[in-house]
Amino acid sequence: MLSPITVNMASLNFATLSPMLIAIAGGLGILIIDLAKKDLDKTLYVILTVLVLFVDLGVTLGLEINQKGLFGLIAMDGITMLGEIIIIVASMLFIPLSLTSKRFHEFSYPEFFALFLFMIAGFQFMVATDNLILIFVGLETASLALYTMIAMHNTVGAHEAAIKYFTMGALTAGFFVMGSAIIYALTGSVELYDVSKILLNRLDEPGITIPILGSIVMMMVAIGFKVSLFPFHAWTPDVYEGSSAPMAGYMSIVPKIAMMIVAIRVVEPYIDLGIDIVRYIVIAMAVITMTLANVMALLQDSVKRMLAYSSISHAGFVMAAIALGTTKANSSIFLYYFLFLFTNLGAFTLLWISRHKDKTHDTRYHHPYIKFAGMIHIEPVAAVVMAIFMLSLAGVPPFSLFWGKMYVISSAVDAGYIWLAVVMALNSAIAVYYYLKLIVYMFLIETPEGSETIYNNRSLAIEIIVGIAVFVTITSIFYIQPLNSFINYLVSASGY
Amino acid sequence: MNDILSILIFFPLVAALLGLVVAEKSIRAYGISVAAVEFILSLWLWFAFDGNDGQMQFVRQIAVIPDFGISYYVGVDGISLFIVIMATLMTLIGIIALNVEHKIKNMILTLLFLEVAMIGVFVSLDAIIFYLFWEFSLVPMLYIIGAWGGEKRLYAAVKFFIYTFAGSLVMLVGMLYMAYVYNQVTGVWSFALTDWYSLVLPVEVQNWLFWAFFLGFAIKVPMFPFHTWLPYAHGQAPTVGSVMLAAVLLKMGTYGFVRFSLPMFPDASVLYITPVAILALIMIVYTAMVAYAQKDMKQVIAYSSVSHMGVIMLGVFAMNVEGISGSVFFMLSHGIVSGALFLLVGVIYDRRHTKLISEFGGLASVMPNYALIFGVIMMASVGLPLTMGFVGEYLSLAGFFKVSPVMALIGGTSIIFGAVYMLNLYKKSFFGPVTNIANQNLKDLNRKELAALVPLVAIVIWLGVYPKPILKPIDNSVKVWVSLMHQKAQSKLAKDTIIVSKSSKEAK
Repeated sequence: MLSPITVNMASLNFATLSPMLIAIAGGLGILIIDLAKKDLDKTLYVILTVLVLFVDLGVTLGLEINQKGLFGLIAMDGITMLGEIIIIVASMLFIPLSLTSKRFHEFSYPEFFALFLFMIAGFQFMVATDNLILIFVGLETASLALYTMIAMHNTVGAHEAAIKYFTMGALTAGFFVMGSAIIYALTGSVELYDVSKILLNRLDEPGITIPILGSIVMMMVAIGFKVSLFPFHAWTPDVYEGSSAPMAGYMSIVPKIAMMIVAIRVVEPYIDLGIDIVRYIVIAMAVITMTLANVMALLQDSVKRMLAYSSISHAGFVMAAIALGTTKANSSIFLYYFLFLFTNLGAFTLLWISRHKDKTHDTRYHHPYIKFAGMIHIEPVAAVVMAIFMLSLAGVPPFSLFWGKMYVISSAVDAGYIWLAVVMALNSAIAVYYYLKLIVYMFLIETPEGSETIYNNRSLAIEIIVGIAVFVTITSIFYIQPLNSFINYLVSASGY
Repeated sequence: MNDILSILIFFPLVAALLGLVVAEKSIRAYGISVAAVEFILSLWLWFAFDGNDGQMQFVRQIAVIPDFGISYYVGVDGISLFIVIMATLMTLIGIIALNVEHKIKNMILTLLFLEVAMIGVFVSLDAIIFYLFWEFSLVPMLYIIGAWGGEKRLYAAVKFFIYTFAGSLVMLVGMLYMAYVYNQVTGVWSFALTDWYSLVLPVEVQNWLFWAFFLGFAIKVPMFPFHTWLPYAHGQAPTVGSVMLAAVLLKMGTYGFVRFSLPMFPDASVLYITPVAILALIMIVYTAMVAYAQKDMKQVIAYSSVSHMGVIMLGVFAMNVEGISGSVFFMLSHGIVSGALFLLVGVIYDRRHTKLISEFGGLASVMPNYALIFGVIMMASVGLPLTMGFVGEYLSLAGFFKVSPVMALIGGTSIIFGAVYMLNLYKKSFFGPVTNIANQNLKDLNRKELAALVPLVAIVIWLGVYPKPILKPIDNSVKVWVSLMHQKAQSKLAKDTIIVSKSSKEAK
């Protein structure tokens, strides 16, 4: 005797789905335009993508927070809102970087822009739900699109990067599914807000820690891979090296913040339940990640690899905040990533303007340090801007990331983890060496005879994006207060 | 005129940014005029300053990040006033004496940025704003050493940066913890120093915080064993870099002790007098011996400057008015004297492109004016009475004598050692026959060099004979802070050690 299923259309709550739907519709629209008329210029697609994202951003900002949608699957809470804003803003800054003066393979395909919008929709699903299955769907949609976009750069390195990222990604997706399965076996639910409620009653059962530990370890493999935490970080430098520079910058921000939001949703319930082993695992991973990546970054000969290791280290830094679990720590994650977005994307973009078809200065790397020697004489403005980005990444005040670092360290101090704060401080001190190394090359080492770098990939679009990034980096002191209170409001409204 | 401090901070910043427009060939005149205006502004500050009032004056507080208690909060008292004036003076002198030809525009604009950071550090009353200027001062200095330095300039510049940066990050953790404690007690966030002063911390907490701040400041001073970056920095830096480094940047460390460590952690400071004093004594004696062993004139002066910083540290940790105001005065005289000495070495280096003592001899007969000025400044460095060097050194040691006569006595050997290595240097390079043919036709000081050096000599003698106009405001402010410390101190040891009134007889 099955009762007929009644679906309450009110619980569909279409509005909460609108950000993803706009991105998907935009992607389909681009495909249809391509179908109707061939040989349209990439500028059209770039601007259309920006416009779609603009509408998307407007709709996202207009949503009310703390509502459910799609039959309860979409959780439109404060951190969803923040995640979507960061994803869309980063994407809007990224996509105009394809308007370079040199032609690149991937941007000549309209499919690139369609895939890009589908990927954004995937990430938006990922951040907007409590449901492990929907997170997985979002994760896979986004990742498959991303692998393809990397491969479309169409160099040997890019193919290697895409294959490497794909195989590793497929493996860790398996871990994510297994972790979800264990959680389902434990609680009978894939809704993360149910999980903590059910687990609370089962905590006293003997032998329960092993499946709990199993679930968190599986989940941390998947999370650690996407966020590039030790020991799942090894793909990062190779993939960044193979991708185009702005793509590498983009990958250091958007997939990571999306996965960090998942990490918050997965890890916080365990920490709130008082399962300390989870906290120790996350802190250990974070500390090892930031330290090891820093040491590795010291040894790099390529600026791009250095920036890859530096973004691993930054991810570890922020991951430590997740383990703290306080509202201030969770707010500082978003503050940090919002500031990191502009600085890091700007830094990668400046590698982009020096992109050349051939490896001009080194047999192996596109961007060895020596390429930037004496940049101050060739491109003084770009050198100064790059130096500002480096100082900001190093955490030198008054540039933006100093405030991010300060909030993260301060939340570690507040939570009673003084040793963690000191480790973070010392790591920042190690990190300053490799950022300074680039500054030293740009300002203080003379250009070797006959190997002047030609910065011929620049264009007005790139200059505008870098201009925005540097403006945000320099003027941070004036907007930290409203930005942080906005973030704090949204994070505490969603109960984290 | 309440905003004169903000004008002092931001005038060089605006001038440096606008200076990008000024043509390279006129940039020296631009730099000198900007630095002169800044110096006059700082003198104006002095005239407007009420020397009888030991409290903070010209205070201005504007909230920047109110949720987190960070505000643009500046003020000046007798302790910081004269260091600010010295910073503007030494910048002016440094730019007048500037002798680089290569990329002079970058150099002058960098010096103006450095001036912003230096003044900002000394007038900030908010810990984060202080930290902001403190860290920012590293960037121009990195560029000065790295772009105009000697052969190993890159190593020296990066070492300088990383050492200081590492220390100050630990200090930042200390600051954040301090703010957290303040928040626990009062329920609001604040990084304002005046708020932190009102906090009486448990001794246990003080101990940890003391060492966190100690690391940041000690590296800057630089205390033994963190001093190894300094000889490199001095050895490789161009003349103006060494002048700014020795005259002003090192004072940030000792100033930090006076402004942060002592009033905030009086019990811990008293508790750790002995270890800190031992480090200071090692600094005094050891680096003085190292100075004697140097073959390079600039290294002699670099090490002598470290040695004298040890005496300043002793004075700071004397925990009484005499010692602390003596050490503040010594900061000023050390700034002017060591700055002048580096300028003097720069003069001879320009002519001969070597700084080795063995290359010289008999300079007194070739360059009489140079020898005279060098002699006067050297005497001040040694601490001859009636020069500026004597007043500070005497007061610092006299202050520490009340804490520990034996250690003060060992500290006093700095005068003897100083005399040994400085007179040795002077004898070898200035007296005797002119042995090296290259020295026979050296030109004496030119107008530019005289314009830079004569004012310094005048100040050295004036303040040596009559230090009162400066010593009195310093004294008044130090009294305010020492009585605050006395009032806050919890342990009996600290109450006994921190002596407010000037004479120990009155205290009984």
